[in-house]
Amino acid sequence: MSGESGGWTKGAEAIVYQSCNTCGARQYFCRSFCAACGSPDLTEKRASGAGTVYATSLVCRAATPETRAHVPYNIVLVDTEEGFRMMAHGDSDLAIGDRVAVRFTQFAGRLVPYFARAK
Amino acid sequence: MSFVTGVGLTSYGKHDGLSSLDLMSNAAELAIADAGLKRSEINGILCGYSTVSPHIMLATVFAEHFGIRPAYAHAVQVGGATGLAMTMLAHHLVDAGVVRHVLVVGGENRLTGQSRDASIQALAQVGHPDYEVPLGPTIPAYYGLVATRYMHEYGVTQEDLAEFAVLMRKHALTHPGAQFHEPITVADVMASKPVAVPLKLLDCCPVSDGGAAFVISREATSDRRVRVRGCAQAHTHQHVTAAPALSELGAEIAIARAKQASGIAISDIRYAAVYDSFTITLAMLLEDLGLAKRGEAAARVRAGHFSRNGAMPLNTHGGLLSYGHCGVGGAMAHLVETHLQMTGRAGNRQVRDASVALLHGDGGVLSSHVSMFLERVR
Repeated sequence: MSGESGGWTKGAEAIVYQSCNTCGARQYFCRSFCAACGSPDLTEKRASGAGTVYATSLVCRAATPETRAHVPYNIVLVDTEEGFRMMAHGDSDLAIGDRVAVRFTQFAGRLVPYFARAK
Repeated sequence: MSFVTGVGLTSYGKHDGLSSLDLMSNAAELAIADAGLKRSEINGILCGYSTVSPHIMLATVFAEHFGIRPAYAHAVQVGGATGLAMTMLAHHLVDAGVVRHVLVVGGENRLTGQSRDASIQALAQVGHPDYEVPLGPTIPAYYGLVATRYMHEYGVTQEDLAEFAVLMRKHALTHPGAQFHEPITVADVMASKPVAVPLKLLDCCPVSDGGAAFVISREATSDRRVRVRGCAQAHTHQHVTAAPALSELGAEIAIARAKQASGIAISDIRYAAVYDSFTITLAMLLEDLGLAKRGEAAARVRAGHFSRNGAMPLNTHGGLLSYGHCGVGGAMAHLVETHLQMTGRAGNRQVRDASVALLHGDGGVLSSHVSMFLERVR
């Protein structure tokens, strides 16, 4: 996984999560220990990018010039098939329960995950 | 035992030229006078924060400015729940005998002290700095996510949510200190500009200048005896990405703990003061707290249940949605109004019976919760 640590948050086209080798818990917000059991024994893994839409909100009023250029943009919460929830962008017509797959796009000068309905 | 012995509240809206410290001072002056105390009798100070004038020691900055040398002072930060969290701490401080009179104060020139963009941007930072904020969400978007999910699970509609904005505006019309004085309809809410779908402009609280303060004391200082009967908190997450399922949010946990601590049941409550940053916040919290069944809060609004003359008068000053939201002071206005109602001083807004009140605050994205019961002691 070298070079991918942090995934898209560090500019790599990947969704990365941690799996605890002690209790089996999975966490999306990376840290040096398992938030469920405290174990430092974690393995970093790459998610498939498949998931289900949990919630959506189309942003029509942004607060910075960089983000305003993208309005409207859809913020989505996706439950990944690996079992963790993540925030991302997505197609504006996504509905709760839709099966989705990820790609990556540029937003306000950064790489961000973007979900569209799975083919 | 602790009593809310004094309350103070400025009007909300624009206060051109006033700083956060000015607004805090104005509210504090009113609260201390209301308690019938002198400044020198205040020996504890709890204050919130100001996004316009951030400081690592706001309580002592305020104490020096106001002219008090307290035996206990610090700031508290739990977003929108800060006012009730400070009240809970003040209750325990006086109950434990640490101090006798605690001044709880919040105030901010959030409207005129910075641009709306700056306010929106500052508040969006409650999101995760690596995993959320780079995606450009705003506070309305965080709550918009919660709203779409809640509507999906419980069959709530945008028209249902609009009812809460209309009710809060109706209440604000009767309060001269409220930010908004024009009546609105469900159609107006539906036609207002989308901010973060499904939330539209009139589903969102405004940005305001204002200040609010209370004095929490070990003994009553007059025959207006309003007692903190019991309170509790719950903190389940910070970021909406890490929030538990809708059925496991902190409001239900906090109210259960507060009921346990006070021995009060929902059927005992005569007045409700519930955090209403957005219409969805109010709808969800009313249902989480047990003041309406799941998906039925809007129907109760339509039936007049939460109106001034209804069975459970709610936020009779107009709430955050229409009295205004100046940050920490925003939800403190709910407690000021509750106190006025409990002591028969609400004038043309007076309800029949506010002998037992439930107050609930929410900070972050339904992250931090404080539930509190106040009781009028005869």
